[in-house]
Amino acid sequence: MFTPLAFASILPEILILIVGMLILIIEPFWKEEKRRNVGWLAAGGLFAAMIVSLIVGRPGEPLPTFGGMIRFDWLGFFLKMLFMFAAAATALLMMDHERLAARGEAYLLLLASLIGMNLMAVSADLIMLFLAIETASIPLYVLAGFMLGDKRSTEAGFKYFLFGILATTIMLYGFSLVFGFSGTTDIYRLAEMFKVGEIAPLTAFGVLALIFVGIGFKVTFTPFHFWVPDVYEGSPTPVAGFLSTASKAAGYAVLLRLFFVAFPGSNLSVAWTTALVVFAAASMLVGNLLALPQMNIKRLLAYSSIAHTGYTLIGVAAFTQFGAASVVFYLAAYILTNLLAFGVAMAFSKATGLEDLRDYAGMSRRSPWLGLMMLTAFLSLAGIPPFGGFIAKVIVFAAGIQAGYVWLVVFAVVMSVVGAYYYLNALKFVYLYRMPNQDEENHPIPLSRPYAIALIALTIGVILIGTVFAPWFQWSNAGALNLF
Amino acid sequence: MNFPVLSVITFTPLVAALILLMIPADRKNETRAVAAASAAFTLALSLWVYFTYDQTLGGYQLVERYDWLPALGISLSLGVDGISAPLVLLTGVVMFTGVLISWGDERPHVMAGIQDRPREFFAFLFVLAWGVFGVFVSLDLFMLFFFYEIAVFPMYLLIVIWGWNVTREYAAMKLTLYLLLGSVIALVGALAMLIVQYQNTGVLTFDMLAMESAGFSQQFQIIWFLPVFLGFAILGGLWPFHNWSPDGHVAAPTAVSMFHAGVLMKLGAFAALRVGIMLLPEGAKHWSWLIMLFAGVAVVYGAYIAFVQTDFKYMVGFSSVSHMGLVMLGFSTLNRDGLLGSGMQMFSHGAMTALFFAVVGMIYDRAHTRQIPELGGMSKIMPFAAVGFIIGGLVSMGMPLFSGFVAEFPIFMGVWQVNWLVAVICSISIIITAAYIMRIVRQVFFGDVPERFEGHLTDITILDKTALVTLCFFMVIIGLYPKFMAPIVQTGVDNILRLLGGS
Repeated sequence: MFTPLAFASILPEILILIVGMLILIIEPFWKEEKRRNVGWLAAGGLFAAMIVSLIVGRPGEPLPTFGGMIRFDWLGFFLKMLFMFAAAATALLMMDHERLAARGEAYLLLLASLIGMNLMAVSADLIMLFLAIETASIPLYVLAGFMLGDKRSTEAGFKYFLFGILATTIMLYGFSLVFGFSGTTDIYRLAEMFKVGEIAPLTAFGVLALIFVGIGFKVTFTPFHFWVPDVYEGSPTPVAGFLSTASKAAGYAVLLRLFFVAFPGSNLSVAWTTALVVFAAASMLVGNLLALPQMNIKRLLAYSSIAHTGYTLIGVAAFTQFGAASVVFYLAAYILTNLLAFGVAMAFSKATGLEDLRDYAGMSRRSPWLGLMMLTAFLSLAGIPPFGGFIAKVIVFAAGIQAGYVWLVVFAVVMSVVGAYYYLNALKFVYLYRMPNQDEENHPIPLSRPYAIALIALTIGVILIGTVFAPWFQWSNAGALNLF
Repeated sequence: MNFPVLSVITFTPLVAALILLMIPADRKNETRAVAAASAAFTLALSLWVYFTYDQTLGGYQLVERYDWLPALGISLSLGVDGISAPLVLLTGVVMFTGVLISWGDERPHVMAGIQDRPREFFAFLFVLAWGVFGVFVSLDLFMLFFFYEIAVFPMYLLIVIWGWNVTREYAAMKLTLYLLLGSVIALVGALAMLIVQYQNTGVLTFDMLAMESAGFSQQFQIIWFLPVFLGFAILGGLWPFHNWSPDGHVAAPTAVSMFHAGVLMKLGAFAALRVGIMLLPEGAKHWSWLIMLFAGVAVVYGAYIAFVQTDFKYMVGFSSVSHMGLVMLGFSTLNRDGLLGSGMQMFSHGAMTALFFAVVGMIYDRAHTRQIPELGGMSKIMPFAAVGFIIGGLVSMGMPLFSGFVAEFPIFMGVWQVNWLVAVICSISIIITAAYIMRIVRQVFFGDVPERFEGHLTDITILDKTALVTLCFFMVIIGLYPKFMAPIVQTGVDNILRLLGGS
């Protein structure tokens, strides 16, 4: 069973586990004031794990391992690398968070959640999938409510937990019904049964609706988005960043694998793509319109992330290989961009303790470089070149038009103009307005080393995706190819 | 392989912007010097591009091609034709003069030009220039959009940070949203073209030369021509989508107004021509009456609104709408004379309006008012600016011996061939233009200097004068010697006519 290939298929998870164990062993020996260095250990360990996996753990032809529990392919691999990068950046951002920094268990929870997400990206079996989702979610419930004694954080943790388990339970119910109808939990076997029509379409539609609730909660499309703003606002900022990027992308990995593998060629696909189109339009509408009046930067980013879910869903609804590739590409660009946005918010609130956009007045004078990073992140979110968000949007829209959803794409571009309004509005605070006494030079925003590293790496990443997009697209496309 | 001049000219502003950001913020004069040097370098390159273009050969020249994303058929493919070569030159000229004028005068009683954070100002301005050059030289539809969006968003920051503090927030947001909406609508059209082209030919490519022969069906062209053309024409200031433009001009700082009216509006017209008319010629033929209607209204209405303005800068802003209407009017004729005139008008209006805004900026920086009735006698204080404005005014009126005549006359000839009534109605605008230009010249530059300005207004600096001379030089040379530009534009027009079916 433990062939080299099977080993390679879970190599990143093994390495993450080793890093986690190292943290557990070393951390107690460090003094309180040195404990923050656990962040270096976690980020460095993840970085090393990425390099090792890239060298020896690359997949070849898609291959089921561990008795069909896991599928070893490019789609999963590329997403895993993205998740690990996101987690490494998050670990760096946690290092100067006053409540997380010196707590080794915070980093450990992050790694545990990361293992779950990695497995979500490769699960080919419903049971494995459920376990992976739980592994990814439970540490995040704890992290969201990590700041004991802080009311909003406790609320965030509790809310996330309640909504999360509700969605998961419904999804589990769906899984059990699928098993009841088909007698198998293997996604690829299910696909064959759908194709030959062994399962009545109407039944399948009902069952899958249940599963959809769970995924919808993860990827936060309307109408399953209600928890998002409160949880992002209350959670520690690095955790919110992680929630809005890696956690969401992991949900997309499941969505792609479940729906692209299970339905091509079946008459169910029409019903589902219609549903996805509706969800996409609703998410764009709700996310963008509700983001307009937000003044708290984390709530703004929360609503904007709902809108971005809508754009991404266009690629899923296109239901083509190009569509799948566009989704993966969009996720790559989005993960980097949104992490950068949350990173800037974290760096700012570390220096000032403030999260309101109005307090960002004069920021570009206080720290021109941080201002430029925020410019990069927000313009990328608005979909303006030369940043990653532009090319990602173009590819998703192209996939939508190719599939014939011209009206949806037109709606999306109009909504993206609405989005541009609040992103540019935020930049107005950064660049135009001044502090009450106009003495910005007396209020610099210092960037500690981990922040500088994380933010610069993310900025370069956002610009790289937006300019040299060929390799990224090829990886996304290689991943999408594995679905068909 | 030859020297890749087009990619160098495109990326020089970007490199310059990055270098500028590295300079410490308090080194203002060094910042300006670097900016001026890189602008001069770009101007030299753009002159080189213009004069190396071989007008006897025509077609696309100086072509470069680098595969960028082969899987989607995106390549960085650059080249100039007879339409875009003059526009590259124009961009070089406006960039150079814009930088000179922003240098300003640091003496505390003057404080003209850009004194707050010049480093960021020039960096953003150069990013804008990067996008503009990119659009003019792109032969790849994706890259054209890429650069187009790059050219749009720095406007927001430039206006909102350094603009006129009364309307800048409103105007900047209005401008950006208008332009973004136009460009994304056009983008949807472009993606539709890509997909249909793929279905027709089996080759996935954004290459516009390949798309010219993609065989879009007539119905497809008729459906998609309007979104694509109008999406870009928003930036060209076409009525009824011109509303953002005067507000934006007025709120922007001087150099940005120059860039905006001088070059950016041409960007919209150029992209509308390149993507709308050249790739969807059947659609253009079907809808040319509508474009002619819109453009005709813009020409007359813009001139009339300019006439009633009391704010100097609004007047110039609306006169831009009117003159850009002439460009669109020339497009809508789809014949040789009209298109030739439009090509010339794009350059002529770019130089002229840049000069207008430069002069308005010089006066406003010193007098702190733009209300025409409050000004007077400026020719005594700044004679150079007065002469420059009068030359610009003569161009604007379409006087012979100036570039305006060379540009406007063929447009009206072209329109006459299509519909003589439109030509007659639109020629009213020439009279109105003459009226408001002469009114301005009399009121602002002659007469007595108002008492409150006596004594403490200073003349413009030597750099300002250099900028004005540069702009006037091109307007006069084209007027005196049209062969300086007409044959080059002619080669570009031939290419368009070939696509339109050799009419």
